[in-house]
Amino acid sequence: MAHGPAKGIGRWLFATNHKDIGTMYLWFSFAMFLLGGFFAMVIRAELFEPGMQIIKPEFFNQMTTMHGLIMVFGAIMPAFVGLANWLIPMQIGAPDMALPRMNNLSFWILPFGFALLASTLFMEGGAPNFGWTFYAPLSTTYAPPTVNFFIFGIHIIGASSIMGSINIVSTILNLRAPGMTLMKMPLFAWTWLITAFLLIAVMPVLAGAVTMMLMDINFGTSFFNAAGGGDPVLFQHVFWFFGHPEVYIIIIPAFGVISAIIPTFSRKPLFGYSSMVYATSAIAILSFVVWAHHMFTVGMPLAGELYFMYATLLIAVPTGVKVFNWISTMFRGAITYETPMLFAIAFVILFTLGGFTGLMLAIAPADIQYHDSYFVVAHFHYVMVAGAVFSMTAAVYYWLPKWCGRMYNEALGKTQFWISFIGFNVTFFPQHFLGLAGMPRRYADYSLQFTDWNMVSSVGAFIYGASQLLFLYNVISTIRSGEKTDDPKVWEGAEGLEWTLPTPAPFHTFSTPPDVK
Amino acid sequence: MATNPVRKTAVWLLFGGIGMFCFALFVLPPLYDVFCEITGLGGKTSGPYTQEQGAQQNGAQQNGTEQRPVDLERVVKVQFVATNNGAMPWEFKPLVQEVKVHPGQAQKVAFYARNATRRDMVAQAIPSVTPISAAKFLHKTECFCFNNQPLKAGESADFPLVFFIDAELPRTVNTITLSYTLFDITKQGTEQKAEQSTGKNTEQDAPPLAAVL
Ligand code: HEM
Ligand SMILES: [Cu+2]
Repeated sequence: MAHGPAKGIGRWLFATNHKDIGTMYLWFSFAMFLLGGFFAMVIRAELFEPGMQIIKPEFFNQMTTMHGLIMVFGAIMPAFVGLANWLIPMQIGAPDMALPRMNNLSFWILPFGFALLASTLFMEGGAPNFGWTFYAPLSTTYAPPTVNFFIFGIHIIGASSIMGSINIVSTILNLRAPGMTLMKMPLFAWTWLITAFLLIAVMPVLAGAVTMMLMDINFGTSFFNAAGGGDPVLFQHVFWFFGHPEVYIIIIPAFGVISAIIPTFSRKPLFGYSSMVYATSAIAILSFVVWAHHMFTVGMPLAGELYFMYATLLIAVPTGVKVFNWISTMFRGAITYETPMLFAIAFVILFTLGGFTGLMLAIAPADIQYHDSYFVVAHFHYVMVAGAVFSMTAAVYYWLPKWCGRMYNEALGKTQFWISFIGFNVTFFPQHFLGLAGMPRRYADYSLQFTDWNMVSSVGAFIYGASQLLFLYNVISTIRSGEKTDDPKVWEGAEGLEWTLPTPAPFHTFSTPPDVK
Repeated sequence: MATNPVRKTAVWLLFGGIGMFCFALFVLPPLYDVFCEITGLGGKTSGPYTQEQGAQQNGAQQNGTEQRPVDLERVVKVQFVATNNGAMPWEFKPLVQEVKVHPGQAQKVAFYARNATRRDMVAQAIPSVTPISAAKFLHKTECFCFNNQPLKAGESADFPLVFFIDAELPRTVNTITLSYTLFDITKQGTEQKAEQSTGKNTEQDAPPLAAVL
């Protein structure tokens, strides 16, 4: 076991080491983040002014669709899988992931899935233009011919995610070091265990949805075609049966990251560890029974509206427990504000704000007004960007010194934080106003009264976009020339097995399991 | 390496995933249809109304040959809407905009359709009822929507519809809108939709109706 990494490109192509695979996932997801971010810049540039400026409406639709698909499936999800690869074995005292060769496969099919998806941009008929939610019949009867590439792309991406999840569950359930009981695991491992179960349950449903589309389009079935006895509303049910758990798949690992960072910089153990575990599980279970809050306007009967409204409101309870625990952890702690902590605190504030707008949307009679408006866009960017993306950024600043044995530049990190924080809020806060004033989402143009806030929002978006380039610069310069550190703990307040390992973390760790008291 | 317990966990999870895929593909769609059928949600009316169904529903009035009670006290307004789906080029409209009926009383109406194009086409009409809570109280004994409707180039036809409103219709409903959307299914051919018109068409339950008409 004494050998180090292989030389040359073979190290990456045939990688089975969890750290190498984690690194590849992280870089891949960052590349996708930049690509999706570029599409967002195109969208915001077009929306800077009313009227059509730089692109055609058809292309605008392709941009919103590709932006959503790439950010959800290409940026956020693989980023957390990368983090899981790096951290879970080190946190539970395992030598590697349980299924290293499948790990290699699940990473390496991803680039092909996204190549299929992105290649549609250059094909006749253009990229998918039906929105990231790809409602039938837009995505079947009226879809561009490239829709088949989209479908196979989703199949591949889904297979990758399912394999990744099987690996994570197998690792956590079988490879924990002696003495590492489930209730001693760091919350990041816990949140990923729950997320992986969610993924295994709902990614196949997504695969089923696109398979039905494939058959409707190519083999004359009528799952979603009313003329043949099917129903397009069925599509929405199947999609959101996947879709709502999916939004928790995106945020639950972020809960784990935040639950690691806040105690470190508050120098206090996490408040209410077991209630965190139960709250996360409750959120995961509830996420299966609230899907139709995305469908309040399809013509549900009153009983359905009421049920989905109250069930959705119920999710606020375990979510509130988590926010309460984070705040209690900080309460009277000896807090310092390093970059990861700044992102974590911003997460708590902004995610909570996104939760509140979620509650507003969950009120069925109100949602009939807000549905498909910019208010919804504001809501989900608060939870997905200020939630998932901020937590990822925090995680990279927090663990990067452990990974590469070099410290990032604190001043640059803080600068990036403030630019991101301001850019983010300038972009998305005005979108609440736009939505409440009646601006619909997914249109390439808008009426004049929406101009001012759209300009503000676009300026914010360019600022936020620029801050991500600064982030890239920070990471690269840290890896290349950051100040060296060999302190195993890196952060004096950090607790957990990964901080008992040497810094930088050697290629092989815990080849003999540690003893956990 | 894949020690045994690891393999066992992985295989279980894999089967779980495959199970969910089959669930989405083979269970969810039929479940959805059954659910809508039973509850009448989705505003779809069901297939041809038959005697047995009627007997089952008003279990108390056992023998199905009995005339349906007609509730002369109550009047329900039924409105008709005809829509063309997408680029369907036919002319399609109800011959009367609305009728007033007593619950239990059979009513015959017709929709006019004309294929003004130069090619032979096949259409399928899909019904939808508003309010959706009324869907399962609107019974059709004869409907052009039970089958697909071919019209030759330039041909026109009056499509018949015979229905009655169930006496059990909730008191709160006084107006029902019955809408048909006409789909062009020329491409899919004629075999489509066969499964939906399961009932052996309308002949059997004709007598009582014929009597009323
Ligand atoms: C207390 C928690 C939350 C509640 C009550 C809530 C509620 C809702 C509701 C009712 C909608 C539908 C709005 C509409 O389309 O009219 C919605 C949309 C959405 N939510 Fe949330 N939400 C919550 C948290 C989250 C989280 C944590 C995420 C993801 C990280 C998320 C992601 C989304 C997304 C992506 C959409 C829009 C989907 C689309 O139509 O494209 N939400 N939310
Ligand atoms: Cu949801």
